[in-house]
Amino acid sequence: MAYSPHTAADHERMLAAVGVDTIEDLFADIPPAVRAERFDVPPPLTEQEVRAEVTRLAYRNALPRISFLGAGAYRHLVPAVVGEVIGRAEFATAYTPYQPEVSQGTLQSIYEFQSMVCELTGMEVASASHYDGATATAEAALMACRLTRRDRIAVSSAVGAQTRAVLRTYCSGPRIEVVEVDADLADGGSGLTPVEAATAVLDETVACLVVAQPNFFGGIEPMRELADAAHDVGAQLVVLVEPTSLAILEAPGAAGADIVTAEGQPLGIPLSFGGPYVGLMAARMASVRQMPGRLVGATRDAAGRKGYVLTLQAREQHIRREKAASNICTNQALCALAATAYLTAVGPEGLREVAELSMLQARHLAAAIEGAGLGKRRFAAPYFAEIAIRIPEAARVHAALAERGIVAGYPLWDDYPQLEDTLLLAATELTTDAEIDALVDALAEVAA
Amino acid sequence: MSVAERPGTAAADPSGRGAAFASPAAGEELTIVEPLIFEAGAPGRRGVRFPAATDAAREAAAGQPDLPASALRAEAPRLPEVSELDLLRHFNRLSHLNHAIDLGFYPLGSCTMKYNPKVNEWAAARTGFAASHPLDPASCAQGSLELEWLLAELLREISGFAAVSLQPAAGAHGELTGMLMTRAYHRSRGEGEQRTRVLVPDSAHGTNPATATMVGYETVTIRSNERGGIDLGALREALDERTAALMITNPSTLGIFEDQIDQVLAAVREAGAIAYMDGANLNAILGRFRPGEAGFDVMHFNLHKTFSTPHGGGGPGAGPVGVSERLAPYLPGPLPLLVEGDADEVRRNAWAGRSTPNARFALEAADARPESIGRVRAFTGNFGMFVRAYTYIRSNGDAGLRAVSEDAVLAANYLRVRLADAYDLPYDRICKHEVVFSGRRQKRQHGVTTLDIAKAILDHGIHPPTIYFPLIVEEALMIEPTETESMETLDRFVDVMHGIAAQAEADPDALKRAPTSTPVGRLDEAGAARRPDLRVDFRATASAETGSE
Repeated sequence: MAYSPHTAADHERMLAAVGVDTIEDLFADIPPAVRAERFDVPPPLTEQEVRAEVTRLAYRNALPRISFLGAGAYRHLVPAVVGEVIGRAEFATAYTPYQPEVSQGTLQSIYEFQSMVCELTGMEVASASHYDGATATAEAALMACRLTRRDRIAVSSAVGAQTRAVLRTYCSGPRIEVVEVDADLADGGSGLTPVEAATAVLDETVACLVVAQPNFFGGIEPMRELADAAHDVGAQLVVLVEPTSLAILEAPGAAGADIVTAEGQPLGIPLSFGGPYVGLMAARMASVRQMPGRLVGATRDAAGRKGYVLTLQAREQHIRREKAASNICTNQALCALAATAYLTAVGPEGLREVAELSMLQARHLAAAIEGAGLGKRRFAAPYFAEIAIRIPEAARVHAALAERGIVAGYPLWDDYPQLEDTLLLAATELTTDAEIDALVDALAEVAA
Repeated sequence: MSVAERPGTAAADPSGRGAAFASPAAGEELTIVEPLIFEAGAPGRRGVRFPAATDAAREAAAGQPDLPASALRAEAPRLPEVSELDLLRHFNRLSHLNHAIDLGFYPLGSCTMKYNPKVNEWAAARTGFAASHPLDPASCAQGSLELEWLLAELLREISGFAAVSLQPAAGAHGELTGMLMTRAYHRSRGEGEQRTRVLVPDSAHGTNPATATMVGYETVTIRSNERGGIDLGALREALDERTAALMITNPSTLGIFEDQIDQVLAAVREAGAIAYMDGANLNAILGRFRPGEAGFDVMHFNLHKTFSTPHGGGGPGAGPVGVSERLAPYLPGPLPLLVEGDADEVRRNAWAGRSTPNARFALEAADARPESIGRVRAFTGNFGMFVRAYTYIRSNGDAGLRAVSEDAVLAANYLRVRLADAYDLPYDRICKHEVVFSGRRQKRQHGVTTLDIAKAILDHGIHPPTIYFPLIVEEALMIEPTETESMETLDRFVDVMHGIAAQAEADPDALKRAPTSTPVGRLDEAGAARRPDLRVDFRATASAETGSE
């Protein structure tokens, strides 16, 4: 094997110590009837050969020259220093900090992560991480069911289709009913979750209302009103946020959210074809015992030295087994460290600049397309950094632009049949004026 | 805590080199080895800067709707304000407080802490992968899709299953996926209401029963026999028309291959139940036992264990699932598909390092398989882990993977034999990739617990084994050396363990004080749970600084 340290002499010495003649003797316990009949894996490659193979595949990706694609994963600057931090082998090649005396680096960084997530979201407690934003949201909904002892969930259709799909999968386990609240998707409508529509669905059987802020279309939801509607029937408000927006937008904790989740990818994590990313979850301290996932807490040793440990583990699978709040075990610790390093690198000013530049370029983008008469904003409500734009023959246009190396956002009609000819375009701080000009030029050419 | 609570921060580390080098100052009430990042920096200090918006952008955007004032944040989040160098030093110093595979031996049972090859990291960082958006049109993402397809093909071959989904993000997530598929299968046969029980051996990982609960199943525990295997009689007794599945780890958490596995599988199948294999211990059986071929219906892989992707301090992992023909319709989607071209030709070419010109890959349509359990996460999975695992499998190849298991099993058996004189071995038989000892002798004779032994191991620069698991072994010490540790490392570990056993006799109190060479000593975990301090409370800090309550 490629990484074996053993010489032939080592093998002989070890076999002799064990008291067997051959390695085969160590596999004698596998019943002959079920021994592998084949193992048709290709032969080993040297480092230069495997690099060539990986390079072949990486180059087969015809990365777009210019992209306005977001829809849940965003192209942001990943500062070099973030890669440096998570590349440290002391972080990357450690595991779950079961032995806190030799894991203070991981544990303290998670405590810092939890602190930052609480500060961004305006909540009181944050978990060490979840697989991604979608699974964090699904786990939050299940947590709301435990807290309220109810078994129905309401979710706005302005939460992304993939997140809703994951929510349905998770809820299918304990047979929790998922009801959708229809967002106002009419042409020229708000693109938001109408409070009346939420109220119509909410009653004393519903555990929580799940909304996104900004929502999947970039729109700013009336959070306080939606929180009131949920709280009026004793339901929780679960809010899925985009984390860079929290530099500018009101912290959901201040607007009545009970559980906040996020996809942490925009915080210094590369796109990497969809993962690994990191799910964030934050809640009220009163709910902590129903919270899924690991938690790190501060404490001391006998000498009075401060240290950090995994805590409140009585919620978790390795202690509670079938009575655990979730089965989650391995999570996304290194990605949480990336987010911690990112938030430290940019600081409050930098995060605000990222949010403001993203917002500004989204407005620039919308104005440029509308100004050239090539498309029209589909919804009227104020938006953060993503916009739904109606473009004639959008499917043909999108494909034609892709051939020119421009990805004109995310086609919405597969997820929302009523949004035909509508593309969801995202801007970030990396979006340049020249890219917007190139998009408008290409749209004009393709339209002609 | 509040940031105001900061006496002793500087005094603790006069060397300025970070915690690992600091010692507790006498008389110091509270010593902090590396201050929190929030305690560093100054208002207005910063690291990364971003370009200013252009006038053109500002002018163009002017007519677009502003955000309503009610949606805006009143005050900026209190994130750290430090220079890039401050940042780097902080995290580098924190890193010094960790044990890691790249620093020393890490025989943490059940976790397969093997060497994580650096070429895998190089591979995952290729721009073609790192900058690939998961929603890019398939025409832009042929490389990512081909890699996913090829990895699924390799995992299929390695495991002998009919189909594989890469989507689950970790082992427990794969378990959830497997149990949801189990239920979908029984429902499709009209037995969804009747089959409500999942059988789990008493040696199982805690995730197994926790997963069963998440799917609304009741867990029934099956006892192990005196040889550490599943008790076939107890299993047959428990199996009936109410059984949805048996979840079993093979080799078991005792490191023992289930030598009646053929009979176990036959009994499960006869009862109409699903046979789930927890693949956590796959590192022991590569090329020797293919669970799908043997008759299991579903298994999750742990790419971070068997296929060497770094554990990251607790993730990211990846937990693909393999399934038999009868469960294939229920796999979570979308699956990466070869939509044009011949599969044999694509595989042949890829194994030879060539692309297949007329081949085209695409993600399955959302409604392609109406019986699918649906998505278990966004996008197609922890792709960065797929790149690493693919690189690892290709580097090792068929011979290398077989050798991985051979050497992992040889190393575990070597430790089994070498340590058997010093520690009790409840199941004294050939083991697979790990061996479970008991510290009961030390506890009974000298009052030294397995926890004390683990803490003493820390003082030798070695990570302790998994302790107090599996639950059926008193004072358990679960040792998994892996295949990448040299004989010198194994011998040194043997010496350390012998030394600790001797010290348990000679000076048990010294072991109770361990560890003494780590950045902190044993921490007050009960206190941490009683008075949870889970974040910096900036409000408390602000009021403390202004002298108000």
